[in-house]
Amino acid sequence: MKKLKPLSRILIILSAVLMVSGYFLPLWQILMWAPQYPEGLDMQIWINDIKGDVKIISALNHYIGMRHIEVSMFPEFQYMIYIVGFLIAFGLLASLVNRRFMLVTFTTLIIACALAALVDFYLWGYDYGHNLDPTAPIIVPGMSYQPPLIGTKQLLNFTAFSGPDIGGWIFIASGILAIGTVVFEFKRFHNKI
Amino acid sequence: MLALLIGTAAVFSSCKPKGPADVAMGDAASKVYVAPGKYDEFYNIVSGGFNGQIAVYGIPSGRLFKILPVFSVFPESGYGYSEETKPMLNTSHGFVPWDDLHHIALSTTKGEHDGRWIFANGNNTPRVARVSFKSFRTEEILEIPNSGGNHSSPFITENTEYLVAGTRFSIPMDNKDVPISSYKENFKGSISFVKIDPVNGHMNIAFQLRTPGFNYDLSRAGKGPSHGWFFFSCYNTEQAYTLLEVNASQKDKDFIMAVNWKKAEEYIAQGKGKTEKVRYAHNTYDDKTHSATSKMENEVLVLDVSEFPDIVYFIPCAKSPHGCDVDPTGEYIVGSGKLAAMMPVFSFTKIQNAIANKDYEGDFNGIPVIKYEAALHGEVKKPGLGPLHTEFDEKGNAYTSMFVSSEIVKWNVKTLEILDRVPTYYSIGHLSVPGGPTAKPHGKYVIAYNKITKDRYLPTGPELSQSAQLYDISGDKMRLLLDFPTVGEPHYAEAIPASMITPTSTKIYKIEENEHQYAAKGEAQAKVERKGNEIHVYMTAIRSHLTPDNIEGVRLGDEVFFHVTNLEQDWDVPHGFAIKGAANAEILIMPGETQTLKWKPLTTGVVPFYCTDFCSALHQEMSGYIRISPAGSNTPLKFSTGKIEGQP
Repeated sequence: MKKLKPLSRILIILSAVLMVSGYFLPLWQILMWAPQYPEGLDMQIWINDIKGDVKIISALNHYIGMRHIEVSMFPEFQYMIYIVGFLIAFGLLASLVNRRFMLVTFTTLIIACALAALVDFYLWGYDYGHNLDPTAPIIVPGMSYQPPLIGTKQLLNFTAFSGPDIGGWIFIASGILAIGTVVFEFKRFHNKI
Repeated sequence: MLALLIGTAAVFSSCKPKGPADVAMGDAASKVYVAPGKYDEFYNIVSGGFNGQIAVYGIPSGRLFKILPVFSVFPESGYGYSEETKPMLNTSHGFVPWDDLHHIALSTTKGEHDGRWIFANGNNTPRVARVSFKSFRTEEILEIPNSGGNHSSPFITENTEYLVAGTRFSIPMDNKDVPISSYKENFKGSISFVKIDPVNGHMNIAFQLRTPGFNYDLSRAGKGPSHGWFFFSCYNTEQAYTLLEVNASQKDKDFIMAVNWKKAEEYIAQGKGKTEKVRYAHNTYDDKTHSATSKMENEVLVLDVSEFPDIVYFIPCAKSPHGCDVDPTGEYIVGSGKLAAMMPVFSFTKIQNAIANKDYEGDFNGIPVIKYEAALHGEVKKPGLGPLHTEFDEKGNAYTSMFVSSEIVKWNVKTLEILDRVPTYYSIGHLSVPGGPTAKPHGKYVIAYNKITKDRYLPTGPELSQSAQLYDISGDKMRLLLDFPTVGEPHYAEAIPASMITPTSTKIYKIEENEHQYAAKGEAQAKVERKGNEIHVYMTAIRSHLTPDNIEGVRLGDEVFFHVTNLEQDWDVPHGFAIKGAANAEILIMPGETQTLKWKPLTTGVVPFYCTDFCSALHQEMSGYIRISPAGSNTPLKFSTGKIEGQP
């Protein structure tokens, strides 16, 4: 059972503590521009809420049969706080237990959560963009309105952008810190041999 | 012989004055060009004169942004037609849907623009109004009792403590029935001091000064050292009551009236004011209930200045003065004697010394008349013909409009030296330098508001738009940059930097703050109620449907009130509402707002109604029907949206 370097333990704590910001900062953002919205519309996804111009976006989307975006559409909001809480606790525990396998598990958990979140977001976006009201006033044959997973995409008169918001970037930083710590630990090990 | 004729013709044509088209020069176009999508530097708040409204233009582009109804009904928005706004135009004479809006005053703090409110006067049925700079809407209208035409108004004190409302025409007080020829004996002037609440801007008449019977034309408050004083131009000190153009133009000098309002305040505080019974309307608009209320007031406190000799002093001023303008330092008062060949400039310090030394040449109805020379700083010699108004820049210069000689004359306030003159097209009335009446002018431009338009624009029959002109005053010489047409008949105007206004501009009304008694703050609250023969429709509007859009059970003889709430919460998504045969107007409802259109059906049948403001791609679908059944019929009252009923 390999122990961790003191620096690694500090880095793990830092990685875990950074994730606390997820409770106070938006994690993801979707921005939209159209000729009549030069100032843009934005929607931020928080750990348990959606904020921003949600009502305005919903009002515009109803023409093409997209559903009103409501917090209740996202069962994820019920348990995301616990998942993140678990990640933070696990990180702190890993530092305390001071074993390399704990660090590896911590890092793997972070990556797994990130991938799961992306897959989940893609599936929601697919459903939201494809599952349209058949009585919608405007139906463009063959057109669906799935928002981009990451990056920009043209949807009728709107250019939509999707990407991490400040909280999301801090999460990525946490992940990089964890991965970096793993690399650091393994490099140290090899050097020793 | 022919050669001689042609030669003579050539000589004559070369003697003709240069055409006005040649005056704008060089890079004028680039100085007024505001690129698409860019903002103007200044808001120009321009009185509408006989249209009773205020127009908002951008400077330097001269583009018209908004017509803002104040004293006149405005079918475009439903102002004065909707049930909510009708009380705004209530007066002691009942509903008065028009007035003559002459002057603008933008609120100030320490003599400088503060971007809170626009004040305006109604000249005909004496009124003053307060407009919000946040919403660009009229929030309050106060009628002025004992006034025969509210012209020397709504000029304000340094910190917007008071707004004045001086009568242009003297009249017998208390609606007394007297011979017109008893003018000298019975006619009185009346100057109202309207207190402005510094927090919410609410206006109340604090007191009135009862003054000698003649005409009070224009006024300005002192500032800086002269704060606490107000100056009024007076004409017709001949006290003529007929053919004023001759009979009121006899004396070489009329008066500037200097009022020590702090003194008047003291007397009022000592309880020396007399309470008089009057009747005047006080109308306020609440942007939470989205409704106006009109209250009839019945008392006013009066100080007769002949009983308090240290409130008012007269200063002789050459002939029938019109403008009475105080420079940014507060030291100099410019009297524009519109029939005089020079312009006197008075010194506040000298006026104070003259009062201290009792340097009087006599009195008028017991009020001391200060010796002309004792108050005079100096005269601007041969300024031009028909001086009317003076504005100031930040460099110690004054700009005076010359109605008769159609020009703006620039001169130095201290040295009284004339520095420049430019022609205006034609017959300039008021003029405006951004911040010109304040302690800290913004300068840069002077705008001329001309009384005669003639050939400046494509002709449109006998009635033409009015003509404004923009001049660059940043250099030593004034330069004409732009002509732009204006609506109504602008009198005074002010310009204020856009940066002081745009950050706080209202975009929507929050639906959750809507306290209208008939608001439907969601489609679930939409309903139709019968109260006797009144039908109240609680209707909602959101892109792109009205709820309810099918209404039945209304009977002939009923009055239908459409209370329409706009559920939108996004900027620039108003909805409109109109119904066939409505004997008033449409209503425009801003996001989060409720407005009511009253409609009395005159025949049975099914009548369509619709949204009048092109709101969305499905605007044309935003409509509905109301069914009118015969009186006494038993068609059940019902309403719906989106409900499809089978045919019998």
